[in-house]
Amino acid sequence: MKRAGFSIRWLPILLLLPQLSIILIFFYWPAAHAVRSSFFLQDPFGFGETFVGLKNYTSLLKSSAYLRSAQFTVIFTLMVTALSLSLALLLAVKADKVIKGAKTYRTFLMWVYAVAPPVAGVIGLVLFDQSWGPLKEFFGLFGWDFRLGVDYFDTAFAMVVISVWKQLPVNFIFFLSGLQSIPKSVREAALIDNRSASGRFWDVTFPLLAPTAFFLLIINITYALFDTFGIIDTVVKGEPSNNPMTLVYRVYVDGFRGNDLGGSSAQSVVLMVLVLALTVFQFRMVERRIHYT
Amino acid sequence: MKRIKLETIVDHSVLIIGSLIMILPVAMLLQMASTPDIETMRNGPGLVFGDQIPANFEKAMFEASGFSGENTGLRMLYNSLILGLGFAIGKIVIGMMAAYAIVYFRLKFATLAFWIIFTTLLLPLEVRILPSYEIVQKLGMLNTYQGLIIPLIASATATFFFRQFFRSVPEELIEAARIDGAGPIKFFVDILVPLSRTMIAAMFIIMFVYGWNQYLWPTMITTDEGMFTLVRGIKQITQTLEGTNLPEYGKSNILQIIAILPPVLIVIFFQSWFVKGLTESDK
Repeated sequence: MKRAGFSIRWLPILLLLPQLSIILIFFYWPAAHAVRSSFFLQDPFGFGETFVGLKNYTSLLKSSAYLRSAQFTVIFTLMVTALSLSLALLLAVKADKVIKGAKTYRTFLMWVYAVAPPVAGVIGLVLFDQSWGPLKEFFGLFGWDFRLGVDYFDTAFAMVVISVWKQLPVNFIFFLSGLQSIPKSVREAALIDNRSASGRFWDVTFPLLAPTAFFLLIINITYALFDTFGIIDTVVKGEPSNNPMTLVYRVYVDGFRGNDLGGSSAQSVVLMVLVLALTVFQFRMVERRIHYT
Repeated sequence: MKRIKLETIVDHSVLIIGSLIMILPVAMLLQMASTPDIETMRNGPGLVFGDQIPANFEKAMFEASGFSGENTGLRMLYNSLILGLGFAIGKIVIGMMAAYAIVYFRLKFATLAFWIIFTTLLLPLEVRILPSYEIVQKLGMLNTYQGLIIPLIASATATFFFRQFFRSVPEELIEAARIDGAGPIKFFVDILVPLSRTMIAAMFIIMFVYGWNQYLWPTMITTDEGMFTLVRGIKQITQTLEGTNLPEYGKSNILQIIAILPPVLIVIFFQSWFVKGLTESDK
């Protein structure tokens, strides 16, 4: 708060009112509702509910389908995060270095930010199409009979490729702006001290980028967990059956399609705890993060 | 001298390959939209562009693709615009008001309000979609623009962003304004809002793209085809490709292009604002 702040009572309340009421109705109420219904078993015909305690949670842990999704989500998140971060870093370092055409490259490498995830999913469907998908044909050259939507591994592979493609621009933008904010004096000093370009990168540039990289790590994990919904939904064409799916997608499938309210709510609560833990971890790391300025 | 040259070639090659990976997939959609459907069905995407874009554009914009005949491309474009604009404007106005109240007023429950608001940053809509859906249903807001937009606004990203910005505004400004006799409303409208212009523009771009690209929430909340947004309609469009004798690839692909064009153009043309908004929200 500003020292010289205004001391009128009613105005700030009035100013806060829209935000607070929207949050209370559309955030706290549903969140509380999810926690509550995770302890109940709903009648499928809507005739009431019975308190079942932790049964929804225990049956989640016993469900092999759920555990399979959880396992897939972990691997998927790791792959998407690692691949899109490292590729983006490579491109950002190069884009920061070149002089000619730097602006054009920047535009080309970041515009996909604005492409909606389901459109990215549709592009994936075309690339891996069974009869003439260009990437499918390409893999066929190496004897890989790519079967999107049929083979579990192939479908997961396609999901990772599309998700990385969609996430590259965000990471690229952050890495590039991180690189550009490194003071010229530091770069010049490094240039005198260390003649090898890769040595300079790992000893000077990379540590300076560490805060950006850490921030991006959290952003990417959240992206892989939640924002890939549109990609997964289009790739499996809304019919998951035996295909891989993330935990968020399962909340939707079980709750919205399968009408298992209690189970889906329990899944929501599990996800909430997961995200909360992630955020607390992030805040604690940010507090500790080293500033070089 | 020769070594430096080789390094530059490598740098440019990496960047060119990267750029091609970003551009080619979308160029492929455009190519498919320009060729007759029968050719696409036989050979898939090719290298030669055809002349079907105007015809497919007309089909996509004015011919409905659902059962009700209401979801023409034009209608979906209109809905997408309302969602994008409504979300961006709503979020910025509400966020600025709340941030102003938190930063510039002596409030007893300021800390409490702060925590109530900022807890929302922790949980994305995706983890509470089902209960949110039930509540919107209870309020009778299914298939309405309010039901589409307001629940999406229930997170404090913009508020947080403006709070950070307001805090960086020099203290002397408000002191000077008070000495000159400016009240809180005058200070906000005449000094703070003009001062935040760049921030507002940056936020607007990010929020517009975010709102426009929403998929899960519109999928749940709109069942009425006249309410579909472009991004929401994609699922239905791709489903109509399945199991028909001659799928309308051209029409479908041009709709995908229309769906990405407005946000892509905004991001390209207002690049510096967009990058600023995105990277500043980090702090």
